[in-house]
Amino acid sequence: MRTAISGLSAFVAGAIFGVGLIVSEMANPKRVQGFLDITGQWDPTLMFVMAGALVVTGVGYQLIFKRDKPLFSDSFSVPVNRLIDRKLLIGAAIFGAGWGLSGLCPAPAVVGVSTGSWSVAVFVIAMTIGMKAYELLVEKN
Amino acid sequence: MSVADYSWLNGLLGGALIGLAALTMMGTIGRIAGVSSIYSGLFKPASTQLWQWTFIAGLLVSGLLFQWLYRPIALEINSSMPILVIAGLLVGFGSRLGSGCTSGHGVCGISRLSPRSLIATATFISSGILTVFLTRLIQGSI
Repeated sequence: MRTAISGLSAFVAGAIFGVGLIVSEMANPKRVQGFLDITGQWDPTLMFVMAGALVVTGVGYQLIFKRDKPLFSDSFSVPVNRLIDRKLLIGAAIFGAGWGLSGLCPAPAVVGVSTGSWSVAVFVIAMTIGMKAYELLVEKN
Repeated sequence: MSVADYSWLNGLLGGALIGLAALTMMGTIGRIAGVSSIYSGLFKPASTQLWQWTFIAGLLVSGLLFQWLYRPIALEINSSMPILVIAGLLVGFGSRLGSGCTSGHGVCGISRLSPRSLIATATFISSGILTVFLTRLIQGSI
């Protein structure tokens, strides 16, 4: 039962996330690259999206964490690692490069698949391979 | 809907919805809405859980329903297929190495005032900006 209700909750969350990405046009690579194009035709949209998301999540998380546990789970699964190391920095740099090259990252890419775009599908396949490559090359050691 | 109909209000509203999604995940099942982590979890059959599948399904279904019931989704891609392949590999590898992406670090991490996520976000935004700059330079549009 718990599995089912957790599944449903995550589905709803994913759906809301998707609508948010579409409405904000963060699912549109051109808008994302526009934000990153600070020396050219700068598009500030992403800044507003972040603002909206951070205000809601920032306040909401404070309220949620006042509780001792989530609705349908025994505990909160929040990352405890606080280490700022080379992996974090290099990983973020690599991620950012791919993001800048395409204007895509995991969430908008998954939403983009729903349009039937071949470009997005190719990106997602490559992204999956990249993730697997990390697992095989780095995680296993 | 034309370009002129879009406004910063769409950005704020969309962002608020993304925030709501993150709150839903944390409030119901106590999870970070970090899409790179959730997505990569699908390919680890030994530990994959239903909620990971349904979250991704939710993203897909919202897209399908939006197009079906409302209007097409704006999707303007300038990158060539080879670039998209490279970009995908970098995003996939980098998000795992860096333990997160725009949703995990950028939204969920910063909202918790995590120094790790603040640094990661600053790093990938800087990297993205540099990449776009270099791309435009190479393409000769600078």
